[in-house]
Amino acid sequence: MFEYAPAPESRSIVDIAPSYGLFVDGAFDEGKASFKTVNPASEEVLAEVALAGPEDVDRAVGAARRAFGAWSALPGAERAKYLFRIARIIQERSRELAVLESLDNGKPIRESRDVDLPLVAAHFFYYAGWADKLQYAGFGTDPKPLGVAGQVIPWNFPLLMLAWKIAPALAAGNTVVLKPAETTPLSALFFADVCRQADLPPGVVNIITGAGDTGRYLVEHPDVNKVAFTGSTEVGRQIARSVAGSGKKLTLELGGKAANIVFDDAPIDQAVEGIVNGIFFNQGHVCCAGSRLLVQESIAEELLASLKRRMSTLRVGDPLDKNTDIGAVNSAAQLARITELSEIGTAEGAERWSPACRLPDRGFWFAPTIFTGVTQAHRIAREEIFGPVLSVLTFRTPDEAVEKANNTPYGLSAGIWTEKGSRILAVADRLRAGVVWANTFNKFDPASPFGGYKESGYGREGGRHGLEAYLA
Amino acid sequence: MPESAPTSARAEQPRRRRRTATKVEAVAERPRLAVRKTYKLFIGGAFPRSESGRTYLVDGDNVALASRKDARDAVVAARKAQPKWAGATAYNRGQVLYRVAEMTEARRAEFTVLGVDAAEVDATIDRWVWYAGWSDKIAQVAGGANPVAGPFFNLSAPEPTGVVGVVAPPSLLGLVSVIAPAIVTGNTVVVLAAGPQVAITLAEVLTTSDVPGGVVNILTGHAAETAPWLASHDDVNALDLTGVESPELATDLERAAAGTLKRVLRPPAGGIDLAADPGLHPMTALLEIKTVWHPKGF
Amino acid sequence: MTATATSGSLREGSVGLPDSTGNLRTFLHGLPGVDKVGVEARAAALGTRSVKTTAKAKAIDLAIRMVDLTTLEGADTPGKVRALSAKALRPDPADPTCPPVAAVCVYPAMVPVAASVLAGSGVHLASVATAFPSGQAPLDVKLADTRDAVAGGADEIDMVISRGAFLAGDYARVFEEIVAVKEASGDAHLKVILETGELGTYDNVRRASWLAMLAGADFIKTSTGKVPVAATLPVTLVMLEAVRDFRASHGRQVGVKPAGGIRTTKDAIKYLVLINETVGDDWLSPDWFRFGASSLLNDLLMQRTKLTTGHYAGPDYFTVD
Repeated sequence: MFEYAPAPESRSIVDIAPSYGLFVDGAFDEGKASFKTVNPASEEVLAEVALAGPEDVDRAVGAARRAFGAWSALPGAERAKYLFRIARIIQERSRELAVLESLDNGKPIRESRDVDLPLVAAHFFYYAGWADKLQYAGFGTDPKPLGVAGQVIPWNFPLLMLAWKIAPALAAGNTVVLKPAETTPLSALFFADVCRQADLPPGVVNIITGAGDTGRYLVEHPDVNKVAFTGSTEVGRQIARSVAGSGKKLTLELGGKAANIVFDDAPIDQAVEGIVNGIFFNQGHVCCAGSRLLVQESIAEELLASLKRRMSTLRVGDPLDKNTDIGAVNSAAQLARITELSEIGTAEGAERWSPACRLPDRGFWFAPTIFTGVTQAHRIAREEIFGPVLSVLTFRTPDEAVEKANNTPYGLSAGIWTEKGSRILAVADRLRAGVVWANTFNKFDPASPFGGYKESGYGREGGRHGLEAYLA
Repeated sequence: MPESAPTSARAEQPRRRRRTATKVEAVAERPRLAVRKTYKLFIGGAFPRSESGRTYLVDGDNVALASRKDARDAVVAARKAQPKWAGATAYNRGQVLYRVAEMTEARRAEFTVLGVDAAEVDATIDRWVWYAGWSDKIAQVAGGANPVAGPFFNLSAPEPTGVVGVVAPPSLLGLVSVIAPAIVTGNTVVVLAAGPQVAITLAEVLTTSDVPGGVVNILTGHAAETAPWLASHDDVNALDLTGVESPELATDLERAAAGTLKRVLRPPAGGIDLAADPGLHPMTALLEIKTVWHPKGF
Repeated sequence: MTATATSGSLREGSVGLPDSTGNLRTFLHGLPGVDKVGVEARAAALGTRSVKTTAKAKAIDLAIRMVDLTTLEGADTPGKVRALSAKALRPDPADPTCPPVAAVCVYPAMVPVAASVLAGSGVHLASVATAFPSGQAPLDVKLADTRDAVAGGADEIDMVISRGAFLAGDYARVFEEIVAVKEASGDAHLKVILETGELGTYDNVRRASWLAMLAGADFIKTSTGKVPVAATLPVTLVMLEAVRDFRASHGRQVGVKPAGGIRTTKDAIKYLVLINETVGDDWLSPDWFRFGASSLLNDLLMQRTKLTTGHYAGPDYFTVD
């Protein structure tokens, strides 16, 4: 028996204050109302955070507006150097921010350390490099910023979603007011401190914490020129309705129910890794998660046996243990939703399986789960669960795979597993999804545009294309 | 900064006044003797003397005078370093160039003490930053999918051409303006530098910036002597003649380059405009576009 | 555990034994492919496992017990081999709790010398054979080499496959040679060296692994240690997957030995993690996994000592062999 022994990452590297105000106009102020943010692995309260109301939102937008003139007038080279500074500071404080993220979000330290934080720094580096060369981006010879951007981000990759929003906005010359998610405000507040360390002019970045209403005030504020939202399709629809007729530009990055398609000639061991990564990475709290496995019927039994064998080596537990693969579910509410939909899966006749798993007593936990015998008619094949739950369907031919993959109102991502290159390209051609991964999954890069078709939203983040949303 | 003219005999040249680090009080003590820097070549990440043993006098310094064999060795070093440099991720190359900007900023005084004015040092640093940001973007601007008439996925992507021989203009900004666009995309360079002290000080910045040895090689001396050897060298892929002032020399070099059909960047008419936006050409001229066809079918 | 009986002829109708190069090719080329990027990423991810304290101590002891302490130099003499063998029996003279290694690995000419030191100790005696390392010699020479080593006292034979034949697609020849060497080995257990650094692709590593196992190998081994690229984590991962799948389909367990380039305790522990999470406990023993190494042993001993004393060790305190 080879047990690894506990390998905890130390918490002492991060210093969390008992309470935080709002970061407006370059300084933290006293919030009035407040709410608590907890560690989902233990339910321990981490800090009290301000709840921004309409006047706070108004103040923040005002600060962003006042800062916009000077910021947008700066030569691109100067804006670039601010963003490079921010990127560098993030690199230097990477471990601290990773530990913080794992505490507030519940994701394993190995992921926040090896995936989230490097990508955060990389996004700032990438967009810093566009700030002084916007005329080459393909959006005109003298592209202009839009003004003040109101940005609302989700809880699944808090600091990374912040980077995806703020980096291109600033590079293009906009100023921002960003609202992090209610259950994960801390890394955004630490980011405010990074901005201070970088001597970023006050008002260029404003961080207002709060809940759903705070986001609504921000989106509806008349002096916001651009709205960017990542979150549920449900809320995305509400936002799209509310900006109608307003002149505000809008980009949305919403839900998904991605098909991960495994053909009979797939490299099986790597396909199994890709399936596991596709749905269990980040506890399945991923909009582009490969939540539907479409496996060619001729190899389904063999593949499922390999998948189950692989799943039994997944380690669920303390996010701060360096050997943990699957951390805590972010909140009680999300856990309830995952549990409910899983029960529906069983009720509708799908067969449920999880490896034997010891789950801790405190905190929010869900064992990695697969449902076999699923068809398109099952709710668990259509609705986004946003948890570590995989629905397994089969197909006979490539045409059928494509048809089933596309048979959804969503269109964010998809996976293709086959050794045959021409098939990868032909299938990718026909998939109605904004991101297609072939023989890999959940790969992100600041140079690679990300975004969905259909009800997964519109607009792209990352790459040259990611600038378009922030330029007039 | 005065260019040092080639002299057949070593004329006595005044040592240029340097600012000393601290003012010495007028006391009966004699002033502290400075430890003078020796200016050597920069090849393969190290600072060797010329294999010929020659030096020439520039503002009172004995500076290494590069020979054709030094040029030969520099090409070997550049070729050796090229595959790994080109194989690094674009992100990594960008990080390295940004680090060069950091180091240049930190060592401003070493350049200003050589007579480079502060505004030029500013512009040099900002130019490194500009080019650092291109490493992971040039492919998005210069490449792309081509909509051919058939069931094919057709992609054009730029690749570095390989080893580039460069005749650099005399100023610091000029030097950086020919080195950065070549290396950011994965080429390696052999540079014939004009202002030797500034060039070697830049080399010192490069060695502390995680630039792998051999990516940039700098030879100080008389370009007219060594450039023809680079121009005719079978293992040099491109020739950047930006710093060549004599039209006759430029023509001769271009003719020599034709032997292996090197890509040649001619000196711009009227000299390089260092204040202007460099544009894409300094990078794209040293890139090959590779286009690949893939059939699409189940 | 010895292999099931095989014969030199490929015409045996036993289940799973292809009977010609054509059929071998069809079978081997029909195995699932290996995605290079994917397998390297998986190996790297497993390399981030953090093995500490008590787990690390157990892992170090297990790794020591898995070492095939090796010397394969033209300059090997009886004196050198005696010293190596003594070290194999007692790796840390200052600490009697330190376990002995699994085996000593030498050239056939040195086998009798090693045998005289190791006799009755339980430490195995492995001999390379079959015109190691290149394998470029006639079959009868290779078989004589093998018999000689066994007669001298080797109870394990590490043979090389004919990479030339493999890369030229002559699978039947590679197969037949392994069968013949297995027979010449008698009761000695046979490790088949694939020389993965020369095979070029992970797909070939998978195919060569299956070929060796079908032909009767007791162990499959990565490398001779004599070419620039030796054992790596991803290559070993592919081989572990192969032995896992082979046992599932053919009911016979085969061992794995990475050799060459494994120098530190950290490396060795990564290999143990690989085994643990790919094939599990059944292979976590010297009967089924070996490290072909020389300098690794001293690093293991230094790390072992650090865990017991609490401070960093230095090479002066450990023996050279």
